[in-house]
Amino acid sequence: MDNKTPAVKMRNITKTFGPVVANDKVWLDIYRGEILALLGENGSGKTTLMNMLSGIYFPDEGEISIDGKDVVIRSPKDAFDLGIGMIHQHFKLVDVLTAAENVVLGLPGKLDLKAAAKKIREICDAYGFEVDPEQKIYDMSVSQKQTVEIVKVLYRGADILILDEPTAVLTPQETDKLFAVLRNMRDDNKAIVIITHKMHEVEALSDRVAVLRHGQFIGDMPTKTTNAQEMTNMMVGHAVTLNIDRPEPVDPKPRIVVKGLTVRSIDGILKLDDVSFTANSGEILGIAGISGCGQKELLESIAGLQPVEKGSIEYIGDDGSAEQLIGKDPLAIQRMGVSLSFVPEDRLGMGLVANMDLGDNMMLRSFRSGRSVFTDRKTPRQLALDVVEELDVVTPGITTPVRRLSGGNVQKVLVGREIASAPTVLLTAYAVRGLDINSSYTIYDLINKQKKNGVAVIYVGEDLDVLLELADRILVLCGGKVSGIVPGRGAKKRDVGMMMTKLGGNAHE
Amino acid sequence: MNNKTRTPLFHVSKRGLLPWYKAWAIRAAALLLALVACGVITSLVTGQNPIQVYAAIINGSFGSPRKIWVLLQNIAMLLCVSLAVTPAFRMRCWNLGAEGQALIGGLAAAACMILLGKTLPNWAVIACMCVASLAAGALWAAIPAVFKARWNTNETLFTLMMNYVATQLVAYYCVVWESPKGSGTIGVINPSTEIGWFPQIGSYKYLLNILIVAIVCVAMYIYLNYSKHGYEIAVVGESERTARYVGIKVDRVIIRTMLLSGAVCGLAGLLLVGSTNHTLTTTIVDGRGFTAVMVSWLAKFNPIWMILTSFLIVFLGRGSGEIATKFGLNRSFGDILTGLILFFIIGSEFFINYQIHFRKSGGKEG
Repeated sequence: MDNKTPAVKMRNITKTFGPVVANDKVWLDIYRGEILALLGENGSGKTTLMNMLSGIYFPDEGEISIDGKDVVIRSPKDAFDLGIGMIHQHFKLVDVLTAAENVVLGLPGKLDLKAAAKKIREICDAYGFEVDPEQKIYDMSVSQKQTVEIVKVLYRGADILILDEPTAVLTPQETDKLFAVLRNMRDDNKAIVIITHKMHEVEALSDRVAVLRHGQFIGDMPTKTTNAQEMTNMMVGHAVTLNIDRPEPVDPKPRIVVKGLTVRSIDGILKLDDVSFTANSGEILGIAGISGCGQKELLESIAGLQPVEKGSIEYIGDDGSAEQLIGKDPLAIQRMGVSLSFVPEDRLGMGLVANMDLGDNMMLRSFRSGRSVFTDRKTPRQLALDVVEELDVVTPGITTPVRRLSGGNVQKVLVGREIASAPTVLLTAYAVRGLDINSSYTIYDLINKQKKNGVAVIYVGEDLDVLLELADRILVLCGGKVSGIVPGRGAKKRDVGMMMTKLGGNAHE
Repeated sequence: MNNKTRTPLFHVSKRGLLPWYKAWAIRAAALLLALVACGVITSLVTGQNPIQVYAAIINGSFGSPRKIWVLLQNIAMLLCVSLAVTPAFRMRCWNLGAEGQALIGGLAAAACMILLGKTLPNWAVIACMCVASLAAGALWAAIPAVFKARWNTNETLFTLMMNYVATQLVAYYCVVWESPKGSGTIGVINPSTEIGWFPQIGSYKYLLNILIVAIVCVAMYIYLNYSKHGYEIAVVGESERTARYVGIKVDRVIIRTMLLSGAVCGLAGLLLVGSTNHTLTTTIVDGRGFTAVMVSWLAKFNPIWMILTSFLIVFLGRGSGEIATKFGLNRSFGDILTGLILFFIIGSEFFINYQIHFRKSGGKEG
């Protein structure tokens, strides 16, 4: 491999956004017939670097060469002409069109959908995809949509593929399928770059890893010669421990009792079907499931944000009294004296106000306090300062709008505010999605601390490895129904994965 | 290598937060450039000396004490309507019905003067006018607000349409209450008794309006920035989902804020009828309901900055009138200059948010 010409050679690439240096003189080589894992914490500049390769950003400095020839990539079209294709984290597909229509969208020449469909089938056969060219996008699952995105770039003749966190939305089984396809493409001598946070995926899939930290290139090496611990240390810059703590629950008592919960969306689609469970104090109840299986509706029903068709959600107080939560909005629940905290999935669209500063965001929960018609700004400002200090939030100051913070810091602000009110129930949805290792472990610690304080924690997660290490019990949702509830200690990843795709999994076989 | 591989001549990237003095330096430079551009165009198109034209513009606003008072009065009225639309705008609710809301407020005031002028004492008429105008303006805004809160209708179209209803209503009453008969206009109301006319402070005809609007301006600033209501408005404007998540009743905030918006519009109508003109016409609001949109946006919905932006707009407007009469130019020419200046000012925001990198000289070319 040493004497091969790299497919892509990036040299001294620098990119700044205002005062922020996203990439600082980065060197990177990408070879054909190889899967490169690009590693780095949030804000380390991985996506920025790849966006420059795919023509979305233009570098301030530095050179890029493809197959030994110097090139300038000014637009995504330039990138396509050079055979570079990127599959973004957020899909860029038109919902009402079919797969084939999406693939040919924007291509020059005559529109011949039949020929396109044929070519799509050929690509699918060559690499082992399953795509129906005639299927509409809105009918597709997340993993099918992703497949269409990959076919789209292959159809355009890309032989350098970049995938930005492709597994974040997939089940373990779907991930395995994707990896098989990627290996096929590697064997077809394509160059593949995958951006990910998940160490076990890096080890399972990649041939080489390159690590970025704070916008700088730290190093690269063959995957075989390294391990998760070393890679993590390189990413973070110092040694970290990779075990998630799971203390034994102390004196668990029922806190939230859900019975026969049935929820329909506005369009009348059944989102939750006869869901029953109990969440105990001092315990973490993990919720597993393919995304969109009712997790959001479940949490929002408890938080008083989702109209419920049938069923009951009872809050059991410390004195054993039961209070019905259904039919109450968040304000009414708060006025009942139930301290319920909710870290929603959509941090900047629901949990926080992106354009407001840290102090004003802390005020969201407390602005009503006091009789005065004026808001008290001192207390939330102090809370903001405390959160910044205790959780090591990286921010220029508490008057910075939260949209300017990186993903991990946004989440710290949100979680910090939610646990500041000393909750008895903590609902979290995808609490570490998109967060790097350091931030993720900070969040796990915070959640564990709440558990030790006797809080009933409901943790909706997507990374099964984490759920299996963190949760005391795991409730598996499948298509809005409870597929099973298993103890977290000793549960097998494969079994839980099966329960996610099939009611009851193969537990009874 | 071929041309395709050349570095682009320039590319645009987003800036970080600029310190306030740099941002204002850019804005000031834009204003300066705008004046130069206007000067060049003036001498090219009309052959007039641009310096004289500028002198005329300034003279139009500051030429005599009377002109200064008129300038201040116009600023006050424009500011009043701008303050009215601002709470709705902060909530991202585009109330384009300020024209109609102010007009209907004026209609209510005129109705009180005409119908109650002979039966009630002066102070009682004025009290009725105040209540009626504010209520009428609020009602005119509440109708679209209720529809938006309940059925999520588009407030932009709805409020816009309400303007026409208001104009036609006023046109109708102009005939009903015409004086003298057959004129089709209302004329000065209660000219001999002066009932319903707002008191004058000393010999300054416009001072009362200016003081009232100044108080409203400060009150609005405090309301929007320091009150719990103001905070709710900001949260609803940024994200309705966040608002629901923390238990803010979004429909109630929408209706409450539009009521306030309409009531302040009604106040503008009241001042125009009761204090300034003592009559009612369909054009009494004079497009301020629409100009206010620009005033409010230019000031980034900050009531204090709006004093400056409404001054700018009124100043430019008075100036164009002055050029029109002094040089015998078409009045449209003044409007062209106003447009040019606004173009530069709004355009400067681009340079505050983005920066342009040019290809380094001597850079590698293909």
